Amino acid sequence: MALEDATKVVHALLDSGKEYVCVMKLHKELPENKVREVLGLFQGKIFQRPPVRASVKRQVRVRKIYYLDVLEVDGRNVLFKVGCEAGTYIRKLCHDVGEILGCGAHMYELRRIRSGPFTEASGIVTLHDIAYMHSMWQETKDPAILRKFIQPMEKALELLPKIYVRDSAVNALCHGAHLTAPGVVMLETDIQVRSKICILTLKGEAIALATAISTTQEILKKNHGIVARNDRVLMPRGLYPKLWRSKQQQSS
Amino acid sequence: MPSILAPWTIKRELQTKSEAETDPEYGYKPEERPFPDMLRFGIINLDKPPGPSSHEVAAWVRRILGVKQAGHGGTLEI
Repeated sequence: MALEDATKVVHALLDSGKEYVCVMKLHKELPENKVREVLGLFQGKIFQRPPVRASVKRQVRVRKIYYLDVLEVDGRNVLFKVGCEAGTYIRKLCHDVGEILGCGAHMYELRRIRSGPFTEASGIVTLHDIAYMHSMWQETKDPAILRKFIQPMEKALELLPKIYVRDSAVNALCHGAHLTAPGVVMLETDIQVRSKICILTLKGEAIALATAISTTQEILKKNHGIVARNDRVLMPRGLYPKLWRSKQQQSS
Repeated sequence: MPSILAPWTIKRELQTKSEAETDPEYGYKPEERPFPDMLRFGIINLDKPPGPSSHEVAAWVRRILGVKQAGHGGTLEI
């Protein structure tokens, strides 16, 4: 749940990979090895057509299943853990497993245990926790209490490849300027052309979401030119001062 | 079929292109953001109860914390 200006990072989360724990119910009891064998087919790339109640176009599309671990088979109940690309319908996956097994199956229960960088271990709280801690904070005014359940928005961007820039480049980026080579101080390995990346200050603050147009190796070598297209500014203007001069000022 | 790497298992290293320091005069480390900005640029990892809709839950959070805007980053639709 993103607050106020942090709502801009929400779409990065919607696209992120997920992990679920699921209970599937088979319509007939089958030998465990057969069940495991068929579920094993659903690793790597699979085809899916979104169900009727989905809000996306109902065309067959490829989804990546990073892994599928069968935890327990108990009669008709199958407990499994799955890691998959955003937009994978586990309900459809269970249905298709049933089709291949021949007896039919349906998803009985589902719990998401990861959305991008957030897991059940990443400071997850309930509404009760929020209400309780908020009233504690109102009494004591101690910000450490808020920090127990409010995380910086940068946490949502943890899985994106990162490029760190110098202070003098920040203001221009906040105005929507694209990222040029001289501004880059550090960057992560394995950035490809068209990779979605995050641009940050040396303090670790998120400045903008961008799309790389050069690879890590190219950026390390380049001394001028645009290296990433600014897609979405996250940092408000004015936090870092204007330390660049416009062309007119430079030549005068 | 070779398995595809899950995004959260990919480890990247940091490479330095140039030396530079950041002025403590402006900005903050995200973990040290002072109170109003902490909320303004904050995220809550919420275990949503199964009954109410995400919109209702977002409205509750807005009311409890007194913020004007709270958007959800995706919930399960079963």
